[in-house]
Amino acid sequence: MSFLLRNWQSSLVLALVVMSMAFLPIISSGGVGSAFLIVLLIVAGAVGAMVLKDRIAILVLLFGAAHGAVWLLIGALSGKTGEATTSFYLLLAASWLLAWRLVTVLSSIKPKGRGVDVFLRLFIPLLFGAWLLILWEAIVRGAGIPFVLLPPPSAVAARFSNSLPILAADVNQTIFKAVLFGYVVGCGTGFLAAILADRFVFMRRGLLPIGNLVSALPIIGVAPIMVMWFGFDWQSKAAVVIIMTFFPMLVNTVTGLAAAGHMERDLMRTYASGYWQTLAKLRLPAAMPFIFNALKINSTLALIGAIVAEFFGTPVVGMGFRISTEVGRMNVDMVWAEIAVAALAGSVFYGVIALAERAVTFWHPSIRGG
Amino acid sequence: MTDRLRDKIWPVTVILMGILAAWYVGSYSMNAPFQRDLDRRAGETPSFSEFVVKTMSQPKPTLPAPHQVAQNFFENTFLRKVTSSRSLVYHAGITLSSTLAGFAIGTVLGILIAVGIVHVTALDRSLMPWIITSQTIPILALAPMIIVVLAAVGITGLLPKALISTYLSFFPVAVGMVKGLRSPDVLHLDLMRTYNASRWETFWKLRLPASVPFLFASMKVAVAASLVGAIVGELPTGAIAGIGAKLLNGSYYSQTIDMFSALVAGSIVAALLVAAVGIVGKIVERNMGGRAA
Repeated sequence: MSFLLRNWQSSLVLALVVMSMAFLPIISSGGVGSAFLIVLLIVAGAVGAMVLKDRIAILVLLFGAAHGAVWLLIGALSGKTGEATTSFYLLLAASWLLAWRLVTVLSSIKPKGRGVDVFLRLFIPLLFGAWLLILWEAIVRGAGIPFVLLPPPSAVAARFSNSLPILAADVNQTIFKAVLFGYVVGCGTGFLAAILADRFVFMRRGLLPIGNLVSALPIIGVAPIMVMWFGFDWQSKAAVVIIMTFFPMLVNTVTGLAAAGHMERDLMRTYASGYWQTLAKLRLPAAMPFIFNALKINSTLALIGAIVAEFFGTPVVGMGFRISTEVGRMNVDMVWAEIAVAALAGSVFYGVIALAERAVTFWHPSIRGG
Repeated sequence: MTDRLRDKIWPVTVILMGILAAWYVGSYSMNAPFQRDLDRRAGETPSFSEFVVKTMSQPKPTLPAPHQVAQNFFENTFLRKVTSSRSLVYHAGITLSSTLAGFAIGTVLGILIAVGIVHVTALDRSLMPWIITSQTIPILALAPMIIVVLAAVGITGLLPKALISTYLSFFPVAVGMVKGLRSPDVLHLDLMRTYNASRWETFWKLRLPASVPFLFASMKVAVAASLVGAIVGELPTGAIAGIGAKLLNGSYYSQTIDMFSALVAGSIVAALLVAAVGIVGKIVERNMGGRAA
């Protein structure tokens, strides 16, 4: 019994397969053709995961069985959207459970080499993401969910590759004009204001509570006002981004400048170093983790600010403009393509900052220890 | 008390006064060109002081003066019936209801995800990276689509807006709770082991109490985020009700004063929400016998 419980996914898979037999065929208008192969694959994966002793063999078997089965399942849907039966979903759930088992086995590996560790760190989340897309595709097409409501990922990908020029123009307008300019100016002025606040204690005492308060406010609301002041083009979006990124930078930098320890400051004093020397050689480097934290927060805020500001009026290009007009025309696949671009841009933006952080704060325990 | 006055209240007041003064100067200089234009057409040559007063009393100024905003805010908050669609209290109430609904769902979801991540290794390895990635996605971009698409299948009103708030607020809670549930040190965990405590007991008696300060810190962030979500969620609904709708209406008809007082209302709601979460957190921690931090 404990044998069955230790690998409960496999037991459940077998139960699901038996249940699915009662509801065949998997596609209401189709024969039993590929169903036999799918069931065979799934059963082989489940039994193999219970019986086999060698971990590598289990992994290979599970990977092949889960993905092969789901490939056949989705393949059986082609041209027969919306005709999936209960049996289809039971088999889909079974192959998903096999993938879960795969991830469980993978997570229990204690990697010895650094290469294996990095590989696992990337591979497990990727597998999770891939299964999210697989389930999305299978359920949307299997249940025949209306295209307007939720397009399958394959349709979004097709739209994405067909409209690269439009997407590129939108990215250029929104990201390379509005976001980058606003981000650099907003973070830069926030940083300078923080230095100023650090130099004069009075400023710090006055600005910090206000900055903390403003950070919690829905600043995005100034977007329509900025559009009114600076017109429809990218300048108004940059203004929104500047306002949104200023305060997180100010608050974090001021906090960071207080991070250097007393011992180190005393040491600088014994060296007879002045304010600016201490700032450049001790306190700014010590503040870097905080500054990068602000840069990371701001990378998301900047994108949100620019896109939302475009809802209030733009020239006929830009990511926010495209999203709001294509929603109105019910071209949902284009909207999803635009969101995929935004997600990609956001992740790349974040990734670049994270890499820069590793390079600059190489001394910090959280990086040295990892 | 005098220390508090010297260290906190005095500097904050001075800086606020400075901002207010800058605002007046700004509203003079931004409204002046239009006013000069008006005067020239009317053939008037007002003295400087008259001119300044005029720039501060335009019906649709580029930048309204603080007292105009304050007056508008006061009228629309206290002098109107709460049920009137011109009352800011009415709009703030609508925004507040979807904020709170989204915040509640988001907090519960965040806690559940955190519990799962702490207890199931497979979830930790596969889900955690995606939770972090999910926040690099400018999700507010999804807001109009969620609203319009859900409206197409007949779901309107509170739920779509609350969903956006949920998405924005679950993340801080999930991340904070994961940190909190892992915060008990090895010594305490070992003690639970020597008591032969089950995972369930360790969770209820050690991990959960240890995570409470983390929970409230992240709930403060989450409630502010879910207000932003609710406001943006109101933009594409065709400007019916709520602070976001008020902003959009203002921008259609260039009623800057209305927009500013809607912003003020939103800010007050945000400050109240954050303060409320902070107070509840303090009460809970005190009742749990925690030390004053």
